[in-house]
Amino acid sequence: MSTAIPTDTSIKQRWTKRHLLGLEYLSAEEITMILDQAAEFKRLAEQGETKLGVLSGTVVANLFFEPSTRTRTSFGLAAKRLSADTVEFTASGSSLVKGETFIDTARNIEAMGVDQVVVRHSTPGAPHLLAQHLNTSVLNAGDGTHEHPTQALLDIFTIREHRGSLKGLTVALVGDISHSRVARSNIWGLKKLGARVIVCGPATLIPKHVERLGVEVATNLDKVLPELDCINLLRIQFERQRGGLFPSIAEYAHLFGMNGERMKRAKDDVVILAPGPINRGVEITPDVADGKHSVILDQVTNGLLIRMACLYLLHVDKASGETGT
Amino acid sequence: MIDPSREIDTVTDLVLQDDKILGIDVTVADPDHVIEAEGKIVSPGLIDMHVSLREPGFEEDEMIATGASAALAGGITSVACMPDTHPVVDNRAAAEFVMLQAARAGFANVFPVGAVTKDCAGEELAEIGQLVEGGVVAFSDATKPVANAETMRRALEYCGMFDRPIFSHPQVPELVKGGVMHEGFVSTELGLRGMPSAAEDIFVGRDIALAEVTGGRVHLQTISSKGSIDQIRRAKQAGIHVTAEVTPHHFTLLDERLRTFHPNYKVNPPLRTQDHVAACINGLQDGTIDAICSDHQPYAPEKKMRELDLVPFGVSGLETLLPICVTSLIEPGHLDWPQLLSKLTLGPAAILGIDKGTLAEGADADVTVIDPTSPWTIDAAQFRSLGRNTPFDRWEVRGRAQAVLVGGRIVHQL
Repeated sequence: MSTAIPTDTSIKQRWTKRHLLGLEYLSAEEITMILDQAAEFKRLAEQGETKLGVLSGTVVANLFFEPSTRTRTSFGLAAKRLSADTVEFTASGSSLVKGETFIDTARNIEAMGVDQVVVRHSTPGAPHLLAQHLNTSVLNAGDGTHEHPTQALLDIFTIREHRGSLKGLTVALVGDISHSRVARSNIWGLKKLGARVIVCGPATLIPKHVERLGVEVATNLDKVLPELDCINLLRIQFERQRGGLFPSIAEYAHLFGMNGERMKRAKDDVVILAPGPINRGVEITPDVADGKHSVILDQVTNGLLIRMACLYLLHVDKASGETGT
Repeated sequence: MIDPSREIDTVTDLVLQDDKILGIDVTVADPDHVIEAEGKIVSPGLIDMHVSLREPGFEEDEMIATGASAALAGGITSVACMPDTHPVVDNRAAAEFVMLQAARAGFANVFPVGAVTKDCAGEELAEIGQLVEGGVVAFSDATKPVANAETMRRALEYCGMFDRPIFSHPQVPELVKGGVMHEGFVSTELGLRGMPSAAEDIFVGRDIALAEVTGGRVHLQTISSKGSIDQIRRAKQAGIHVTAEVTPHHFTLLDERLRTFHPNYKVNPPLRTQDHVAACINGLQDGTIDAICSDHQPYAPEKKMRELDLVPFGVSGLETLLPICVTSLIEPGHLDWPQLLSKLTLGPAAILGIDKGTLAEGADADVTVIDPTSPWTIDAAQFRSLGRNTPFDRWEVRGRAQAVLVGGRIVHQL
C-alpha cells in the first residue's frame, strides 16, 4: 500500500516552474532543487518507502512519438512509485498515418483528464509546441537533437553522488555532439553547476560555434584524457557512418573508444558514465563498462529518482491551486 | 509623387485618362474623380516579382483571386507568380489558365513565371518557346533550383533566344537537405538542422559563371547571405547579366527568432545573422540588389501548425511587404523613399521586362497612393490572403496603401 507522505515538502514549496522543457531554462538553484528532491526520494527508498502516495489520483501520460525503452519505462515506473495512474501512447508515425496532427493527438489525450504529459519526439521544440497548446505540465523526454533534460539531470546527480559537488570538476562529453540531445542538456546543466566541460569527438560530429556555449572542444581524446574527472561516453549511432560523417566504426573506436589501455592514462578516480544503450566495443569496451569506475547502472537507478522528483515538483494540486502535497 | 523610372520626386497632380497616364502638368477642367493625396506618396503601382499563388492544385493555401486581392491590399498592382503549382506551369495551357483566372478575378495584374524544366524536375527543358507565347515573362523551377549545371547552362542559352531571364533560387541541395534554419550558433544550441550560408554562396557563384559563359540573364531569388551579395556585386562590375532580390523578412529578422520554435520563422533561405542582414541592406543601398519581393508562400493553417521538421517553409508576405520595408529601411534611414520605391517598381519591372513600374505619359494607369506615416497594426486575421502565416502579426508599423488603381480603376481604397 502507498503510505502517507513522510517527505520534506520544503523543496516543493519553493518550486515555481510549470514545465520541464530543458535545462537551458532552469537556474542552478532549480537544478539543485531537483537533485535534492531526488536525493530525498533515495533516502526514503533506502528506508523501504518505495511507494509514495503524493500523486495519487493524478494521471501521467507518456507520449512517445519516437522509440524508447529506457526513458519510457523509467518515467512509467516513476509515476507509479508516486501512485499516479499512467497512460501509454506510442505513435511511431501511427497518428500521422491516420492524418491526425501531433497537437490533436496530444489534445485528445489531455481530454482524457491527464495532469502531466511526458513527451518524446524527433523534432526539436515539439514539447514547447505542446506546452503552448495544452493546459497540462509538459515534461520533455527528449526532443530531437535539442534537449533531454532528465537524462542530463540523472548524469549530474550520479556525478554529484560520487564526487560531492560539480564545482571545479572537468567533465568530457565524448562522441556525436552534433546529434546529441544528451550533450546539449548536459552542457547547460554542468555549466550552470560550475563544472568545466570539454566536448570531444570527430570534427564532423562537433557542431559549429559550440564553444560559445562555454565549452572547450577537443578532437584528440588522448590529449585531454589525463585532465578528466568524469567521462560521459555518448552512444554513437551507426547510421552516422553511412551518412559519411566518419570513416568506420573501427576507426571511431580506435580514436574515441574508452578501453582498458586508455583507463591506465586516466585519473585514478575518474568516473565513467554512458547514457546508453551502449555499444560494447565501440564507445566503451566491456572491461571499462563493467569496471570499478563505471557508474552506468547507478545512472539507471538514479534516472528513476530524478523522474520521480520532476513529476512530483511539476505537479500542481488543482484542488488547492497550489503545488501541494 | 515619386517615380523612380524618371527620377521624379515632386509635389504635383497626376492626371489619368481611361486606363493610361495622361501626365503631370496637364490641366483638366472638370475631372470625373479626384483622389486627395496631400501628405501621401503617389507611386507607380508596386510590383512583387516573387509570389506563389498555389492555384491550381493547392487551393486550400491560396487561390489566384485571393492572392491577387491580397496584393492590392498590400499596394501591389502586379505580381509574378511561380510555376510550382499542381500541375506545374510547364506548358502553354497551364500558363494561360493562370492568366485567365487572374483576368476573371480582376484584381492585381498576374504575370506567370514558367518552369525551366518539365515538372520542375530539373531534367528535361520545358517548352520554353510556347510558354513565352502563352504569356510567361520569366522561367524558374521555384524552390527547386536547377541543380544540374549542364541543364542550367542549356536553359540559359535557350531562354536567351527569347530574351527571358531565369530566376534561380540558389542553394546546393545536398548542403541544405533536412535543414530547418541557418547553420550557426543558434542552430547548434537548439539542435535544429542547419542550412549553411555556403550552400547559397556556392550556387550563386555557379549561376554567375553560367550567366557569363552563356551571356544569359540570371536573376537570383531571395538572396540572404553576405557571400552571395559580394559575388553579385563583383559580377555586376564585370558586366555579367545578373540581378538579385531580397525579401523583407531576410533584412528584418534574425535566426534568434527560432528560439521560440515558431513555424512562421521557418523560411527558405533561412533567417540569418546580423552580418548577413547588414550585407542585404548594404546591397540594397549600393544597387547590388535590384528588387525587394515578398516571396509570398501562403499555407493553410493546418500545414503550419505542426512540428518544425514537418512544416513547409515560407511566409504569407503580400500584405506586409510595404510596411516592413518602411520599418526596416525607411525608418532607420537605410533608404529614402525614391530608393525604396525603385526596388518595388522600376527594379522588378526591368527584370521582368514588363511595361509597368512607371508613371510616364501613356503608361498603364497602375498607381499606388501610400500613406507613409499613419501607424497601424498588422493583423493576420484580417488578411485577404488565405495564408495567415506571418512572423509580423501584431507588429505596429507605418506605411500602407491608401488607394490602389489598376488600369485606371480604383481597386482598393482605405
